[in-house]
Amino acid sequence: MALSEAHRDSETARPLVYRQSIWTRATHWIWAISLFFLLLSGLQIFNAHSTLYIGKQSGFGFDNSVLSMGAVRTPQGLEGRTTIFGYQFDTTGVFGVSGTSENPQARGFPAALTIPSYRDLATGRVVHFFFAWVLIATLFVWLVASLVNGHLRRDLRPTGRDLAQLPRDVADHARLRFHHTGRYNVLQKLSYCIVFFVLFPLIVLTGLTMSPGMDAAWPWLLDVFGGRQTARTIHFVTMTLLVLFFLVHIIMVFAAGPINELRSMITGWYRTDPETKGDAGS
Amino acid sequence: MSKTILTRRTFLGAGAAGASSLMLGGCDALNFLADRDGTVRDVLEKANDVTYYVQRALIGDALAREYAESEIRQGQRPNGSTDPQSAEYLALKANDFADYRLSVTGLVETPKSYSLAQLRNMPSRTQITRHDCVEGWSCIAKWTGPPVSVVLDEVKLKSAARYIVFHCYDNMGSGASGPNFYYESCDLVDARHPQTILAYGLNNEALPVPNGAPMRVRIERQLGYKQPKYVHTIEAVSSFAEIARGKGGYWEDRGYEWYAGI
Repeated sequence: MALSEAHRDSETARPLVYRQSIWTRATHWIWAISLFFLLLSGLQIFNAHSTLYIGKQSGFGFDNSVLSMGAVRTPQGLEGRTTIFGYQFDTTGVFGVSGTSENPQARGFPAALTIPSYRDLATGRVVHFFFAWVLIATLFVWLVASLVNGHLRRDLRPTGRDLAQLPRDVADHARLRFHHTGRYNVLQKLSYCIVFFVLFPLIVLTGLTMSPGMDAAWPWLLDVFGGRQTARTIHFVTMTLLVLFFLVHIIMVFAAGPINELRSMITGWYRTDPETKGDAGS
Repeated sequence: MSKTILTRRTFLGAGAAGASSLMLGGCDALNFLADRDGTVRDVLEKANDVTYYVQRALIGDALAREYAESEIRQGQRPNGSTDPQSAEYLALKANDFADYRLSVTGLVETPKSYSLAQLRNMPSRTQITRHDCVEGWSCIAKWTGPPVSVVLDEVKLKSAARYIVFHCYDNMGSGASGPNFYYESCDLVDARHPQTILAYGLNNEALPVPNGAPMRVRIERQLGYKQPKYVHTIEAVSSFAEIARGKGGYWEDRGYEWYAGI
């Protein structure tokens, strides 16, 4: 990050700055792999009971469901129905029923989105818990490294000046006008902070709330999240927010220059705009 | 300028196409993880050991959450076997389980067997707890029965005993090696836990057949498949490697983890 570390490219005057430490880069890719497996094994686990509820238990004799993916038999064949807060949608082919028209399968999420592709809850759970441990361990390493090397304080913490620039930054993003400085812009800082300090803790803790063992060890989990079934629903909603973050993240990488962004996340070196070289070291 | 936008657009399209084909092809490609004897699977399953030791350290003797009467809002949802058809079980059921005996065997000083009436005369515990199925659903119900520890204290475990195995009447389907009866096992920490009971009562009534009549075991800090129904024998063992496929339970033999605290 420091200007002293910056290389000067004499031809284009777009200096390379050392932007990402090895800790940031290594943990980033371990998360990318872990979250891929966690998502697809998680959807396998969801498919074992593709209904979400609010409360301590699942209503079979009463209705406290908020989302449900199911299959109904119609004269036209098997059709997928997704119900959200009482509103029903025909989602044949994607949710509830998917597969080929000759061989439709009743399942929540389609085969392309689960590990394994067919129904195998035991394997889904083995994969999920392995990568859950990897995620936790990596978060811990990242947190310690980022506290020690100043990544948190220097790069991620939004400053007052950052927040003052928020409207301008939003306008710039809306016009796909990106500034390649050595630093994160304020929208980046805010979204990374939300992922690290809201979504990650939320998805880990709601995951633990589904564990009958952890509910005995830490009974407050049940009270904080409003019961095991509510925790399962929050876990699912947090998953969708992380997927949303991932999609925006990928779009931003492509929009801001995929080669440069990828290089900085692999080698650490990032090419900055010529007019901002003064900013890089500030 | 327009050139840059085009390039970016091409990148975006190519990237999206590449990512989605990776996703579509990726999941069949990962099906090898389902191979129960695979090397990668073995490595991934090591995480279950970590979970077991970490949870044991964190939980200690803590009790599972118990709920108020008002939380019993529905009958206990039956799952798995709901009506065993073995001749032995049908005979017991025909006589309202008057001839039922629970045998306690294995690594014990004095093997014993108990009638249902004897179990009902033991000091019992009643608890309203949440049953968490491995599939993801939960159901709150009231269970009554003597703690397993009462029985273990009567038969006196030998020092070599490390696990308690529960053998059941329900045949899950016959294979090449004969019928596959349901069975389960737990360590001595769970076996001696105060909430681990031999439940003959459900919601103030005799345990019905779909829920495991005449008796099922409750191990409240683990998932539903660790709560064996239709139990006829309790066996103390030093290892369960010789029982069925050796993984400590019917579902464990089919790839589920032995410690189901999560």
